[in-house]
Amino acid sequence: MSTADASLPAKFDWSSEAAAARRRRRHMADRRLRLLGIGAICIAVGLLGILIVSLVANGYRSFVQTMVTVPVYVDPQYVSEDDPSKGNYRAIVKDTLAQLFPEVTDPRQQRDLGQLLTNNTQYMIRDRVVADPALIGTTFDITVPVSDPFDQLEKGVLSRDLPEDQRKIDDQQIGWYDQLVEEGRISTPFNWGLFFNSDSRFPELAGLAGAIVGSFYALLVCFLISFPVGIAAAVYLEEFAPKNRWTDLVEVNINNLAAVPSIVFGLLGLAVFLNFFGLPRSAPLVGGMVLSLMTLPTIIIVTRASLKAVPPSIREAGLGMGASRHQVVMHHVLPLALPGILTGTIIGLAQALGETAPLLLIGMNAFITSPPGGLLDASTALPTQIFIWADSPERGFVDRTSAAILVLLGFLIIMNGIAIFLRQRLERTW
Amino acid sequence: MNQVTTAEQRAATGPIIIPDPDMNPVRVSAKDVSVFYGAKQALFDVAIDIPERSVTAFIGPSGCGKSTFLRCINRMNDTIDGCRVTGDITLDGRDIYDRTLDVVELRARVGMVFQKPNPFPKSIYENIAYGPRIHGLASNKAALDEIVETSLRKAGLWNEVKDRLDEPGTGMSGGQQQRLCIARAIAVSPEVILMDEPCSALDPIATAKVEELIDELKENYCIIIVTHSMQQAARVSQRTAFFHLGILVEAGPTEHIFTNPKDERTHDYITGRFG
Repeated sequence: MSTADASLPAKFDWSSEAAAARRRRRHMADRRLRLLGIGAICIAVGLLGILIVSLVANGYRSFVQTMVTVPVYVDPQYVSEDDPSKGNYRAIVKDTLAQLFPEVTDPRQQRDLGQLLTNNTQYMIRDRVVADPALIGTTFDITVPVSDPFDQLEKGVLSRDLPEDQRKIDDQQIGWYDQLVEEGRISTPFNWGLFFNSDSRFPELAGLAGAIVGSFYALLVCFLISFPVGIAAAVYLEEFAPKNRWTDLVEVNINNLAAVPSIVFGLLGLAVFLNFFGLPRSAPLVGGMVLSLMTLPTIIIVTRASLKAVPPSIREAGLGMGASRHQVVMHHVLPLALPGILTGTIIGLAQALGETAPLLLIGMNAFITSPPGGLLDASTALPTQIFIWADSPERGFVDRTSAAILVLLGFLIIMNGIAIFLRQRLERTW
Repeated sequence: MNQVTTAEQRAATGPIIIPDPDMNPVRVSAKDVSVFYGAKQALFDVAIDIPERSVTAFIGPSGCGKSTFLRCINRMNDTIDGCRVTGDITLDGRDIYDRTLDVVELRARVGMVFQKPNPFPKSIYENIAYGPRIHGLASNKAALDEIVETSLRKAGLWNEVKDRLDEPGTGMSGGQQQRLCIARAIAVSPEVILMDEPCSALDPIATAKVEELIDELKENYCIIIVTHSMQQAARVSQRTAFFHLGILVEAGPTEHIFTNPKDERTHDYITGRFG
């Protein structure tokens, strides 16, 4: 052995059994980690799948509605042409049914017969006649929803095999219904009412229009407040503020604000916006203001992260040209950070869209049967509408609740989709 | 053998400034410049005169303060939290740290090219036009087009990009990007151009082009270049200043520094013994 070899470090035996075993263990650990990750993903996807499947299983029925088409004779004896809105439409409905079922003469049975149609049939006829007074004295076909128990019967939720005394509708009513089916008067079209009707005590008439418009207004207010304020705050903190104890304090508090439970913001809104400033209860304006309290920290944090992600070399380039700091921010940094800011804002708004607790506290869970006409009208929002329906005892609202959740999820998916699209479309690389 | 002084001798007497009778009139002058990052002092009493219409190279090992000093000349150090500059730096006899001097004006007069090419992620045209636009140098579109063309011509880039001025500046090769940055700097007609290791991210061919460009630009501008490459300093500069551990050790005509250094540290550095 030469002296040169002796000075080299001892040679490690890579092919020894111990070394091979150690390598095998390392590969095993790799595989275990990967399997754990796949398992975790499977659990997450599975839970999401269970949620969606159960919602769809319950909610799909609400996307169709059982309707009945009946010929209506607008008897001039009940309705005067001078003031068609004052007519006795109840009697017209009664006559219509009497004409379809001439054999029913007993008043009690006639009342049972009246339960086939939705309670609001008389108002629907009235609205048609008011819109077109020429209908008085003529017969026209009108398609109205059947009342909830018959809707459930048609959809198979209410079983005919149940003993009669456990059903809301008796065998005779089912017989009448079957007669209507035989006459081809029953249809089950897509339930547009779910989107274009407002809330109602009757499930067959209840829809989400008021909630959708209310949520839209609230999000609009939320965006208009939190987007400019959030960006201004973030730009100041990130680009201009000196790094000292005060800005650290502000930063910590903004992060804390993002973690405050939403119900606390609701209480704040109740105490400040409603009780102190006297803004109207249940209004989308107040809802939006409360939601913006929640969205603001999210937007500030996201904007700061986006500004941080803009490489400092861009700022140096701008400053080195003699641009003022304001010009560097407005011309270079902010445009480059904008995709990230927009993405974060949309995700923040999507969170706000699903937020329920603060809206409950400011009264956006009221029973309101028309969409809000403006920011100050009383209104509900999508999540609070779900809350109201989930609380309602009628069988039809079980389906509607699931359907409303699906609609809300649909809006969330659309918003997140827009966020992803914007990110991919606008993102720049350096 | 050269007549060299030891570090101990140097510390007491300040930098060796080799006099140069052929030196152009002084444009930038520094006296007793010290820089502190928080409590840490990065630069100690630097004093140097930098002539116009020539290239001055700052050389020295990493962390010696040459970039720090360069960034004092257009006050880019202002943007660093906790950075404090003392002493005097004058541009054409005027104190650049004076309260009445607007840093925006200073940076327009003292342009800068950075280590990594950093074009704005906008079109080539917009990259050049940005400076003239914010400083109001062009009254109309034709004048702006004129400035863009002359700047690109001076940077030797016009023929390569004249047909694709609308394409993003970030889509060009590294060397082209760096020349675009130089064109961008000269578009605002600066008096001084600072270059902070402008070729460290470029391949040898692109480096040669940039060096050629620097050589042409020195006819009109006062250029100060920080470089790690002693060959580059020797090739492009007329004067060289050697920094070590925050101290300006020696400054003088480039050929003197490279052939006949007076200080032991300069001698060790240029012969490759450390750094």
